[in-house]
Amino acid sequence: MLFSKNSPGRLAENVMHFARVLRSAGMPVGSDRVHTALAALQVAGLESKRDFHAVLSACLIDRIEHRELFDQAFVLFWRDPDLMGRMRALLLPKVNVKEGAQPPPPENRRLGDALFPHQPNRKPDEPEQEQIEVNAELTWNDREVLRQADFDTMTADEWREAQRLLSQLKLVFEPLPTRRTRRATRPGRADWRATLSAMARHGGELWDTRWRAPRIQSAPLLVLADISGSMSRYSRMLLHFAHALGHADAKVESFVFGTRLTRTTRLLKSRDPDIAVAQVVRSVADWSGGTRITTSLHDFNQHWARRVLTGRSTVLLISDGLEHGDTRQLAFEMERLHKRCRRLVWLNPLLRFDRFEPRAAGIQAMLPHCDRFLPAHNLQSLADLVDVLSAPDTGRRRHH
Amino acid sequence: MSPTPDLALPTSIDDTLSRLAALDYVADRQLATCVYLALKLQRPLFLEGEPGTGKTEIARTLATMLGRPLIRLQCYEGLDLAGAAYEWNYGRQMMEIRLAEATSDNTTDKAGSAKASRDALANELFSERFLTKRALLQAIDPANPVPPVLLIDELDRADEPFEAFLLEVLADYQITIPELGTVKATQPPIVILTSNRTREIHDAVKRRCLYHWVDFPDAKRELDILQRRVPGIGPALAAQIVAFIQKLRSIELTKLPGIAETIEWTRALMELDAMVLDPEVVQHTLGVLLKYQDDIVRMQGSEAARLLDQVREEARVAGSTG
Repeated sequence: MLFSKNSPGRLAENVMHFARVLRSAGMPVGSDRVHTALAALQVAGLESKRDFHAVLSACLIDRIEHRELFDQAFVLFWRDPDLMGRMRALLLPKVNVKEGAQPPPPENRRLGDALFPHQPNRKPDEPEQEQIEVNAELTWNDREVLRQADFDTMTADEWREAQRLLSQLKLVFEPLPTRRTRRATRPGRADWRATLSAMARHGGELWDTRWRAPRIQSAPLLVLADISGSMSRYSRMLLHFAHALGHADAKVESFVFGTRLTRTTRLLKSRDPDIAVAQVVRSVADWSGGTRITTSLHDFNQHWARRVLTGRSTVLLISDGLEHGDTRQLAFEMERLHKRCRRLVWLNPLLRFDRFEPRAAGIQAMLPHCDRFLPAHNLQSLADLVDVLSAPDTGRRRHH
Repeated sequence: MSPTPDLALPTSIDDTLSRLAALDYVADRQLATCVYLALKLQRPLFLEGEPGTGKTEIARTLATMLGRPLIRLQCYEGLDLAGAAYEWNYGRQMMEIRLAEATSDNTTDKAGSAKASRDALANELFSERFLTKRALLQAIDPANPVPPVLLIDELDRADEPFEAFLLEVLADYQITIPELGTVKATQPPIVILTSNRTREIHDAVKRRCLYHWVDFPDAKRELDILQRRVPGIGPALAAQIVAFIQKLRSIELTKLPGIAETIEWTRALMELDAMVLDPEVVQHTLGVLLKYQDDIVRMQGSEAARLLDQVREEARVAGSTG
């Protein structure tokens, strides 16, 4: 038996401590969950360690991704239920465990930080660097030049100005009707509830039909950005673009990939575009490294597509498509991706070259499976992209 | 089932396990713990997991186990109040208006009484008599003799506005109807929500629930389930099937077969009078097991045969040592 039932006070304290550890490891454990857990422990879970684990996980977890973190924390935390011992562990950089059993190093970095916050090897967070606002207004002519300038060759000042112009783009998004309705003034579907309550108000004498119409919502957007060496600057600007879209009214999911795939949706939520993009860059290990398009697409299709793509989504894939190796597999993954979304728009900066021809095997493999193939190397091309995105889809429409 | 079924709530985790097992639902201990807690704390239970792992089945089993009616709400995109909770019966309301007109025409009315009858009509039109109750309202109807089991199935298929509406139901077991007032359950129903996680459910919904991720069963439990659900299956074939499926789940397929597919496949094999698994019969029945053409293509030919060889080899080793 882990705890005696006659010391509930200490148990409550321990559970609270445990919740605090989970919280600082990044799990959103609210105090209401702790309450639930304590109530649950009153009815079950004190018979064995396994049940205790089951009860706590039922009450404290709310998504599968956190299960592993929870399990590790559970093992580490409840290994030694002696409160003083653990308080020591929390306060000292080294854990003191009885009788030889050496604790395994915490597998999870966040968890390690949460359990042992005072370890010396932990670097303090770097302070955010403030970007200096540039207020120099450009003349119309300069702007025109800037619109055509290639992102890759821009100076730092031009880059900043380009970002500013980007944030001024009027972002309208492809409107799609949903299956929900709103009140409408024009005849469409009759709103019987409103009609009858209006009639009832007039004693049934006045027939005044009210109407409803489908509610319109902008299509959700998914950005898949290749951040390998040659692509890095274009991708960065596209992330700025995605950030701007996310703060207009579209729902934006974003992933970046180099040698592996990383989900960056949460990181891009930050209000300031510079901070948001900087966060993405910092969190991704292989920024400007090599690229493995096929494996990244496979990873996306296998593990994410079902969760983040709906039949209404537009996918923006930014990549140069220069994949070496088995392009048959690449074509297969592209096809899978294409079948899962409504529109697949491929942005390829290589299109900036006038004489560009899609000869590379990778590009040839991907090209048949995208709805639009567009450049994305300067502001003008991004402005054009907005036009494409906001226009109702006139291309082919898939039937499921 | 025994002649006098025990319909009371289970008294412990072990009791929950054995009573579920008595109805041929073989739960693991973690799930039984969650079910027990949900019943005891009167909290909704939120089950997430791959399709075909028995999420919906647990609600059915619970309803049988406790002798409660099962009310099922299948979610879909655009599901709204009218489909999920209640709707006014417009046809009858219209009739009522016409009737009121007819009767008021006959009486010689003065201005005062005309207004009074208008108010009465407005009140009357939106009374419970004209209310069509859908699943959610049925589940919390105070008139229920016993609180039912409410299954909100595949919540991930509904859209976010619907989740927001669910919050009131899940937290307080009540629904507010603007024209009528608040309907509150006298005894809270047992609520099971399921999701295949085609999208993330909002935290606000999850916060009100106990959470459990339903995994694929391990070999021992799967064998147990199979023998209970498909009576009359030979032990050798059952063991082979389970070993094969367990192997199959370790391969990266688009959609892994769930326990529901295992049972379906077993039934198919029995229909074909298969005594043991051989490459040919596996070939012919892959469609029962795998639902994506890519997966089927991948498993066709040598791959399935290779898995089968592994299964046989392991069985032989286990047989000779054991």
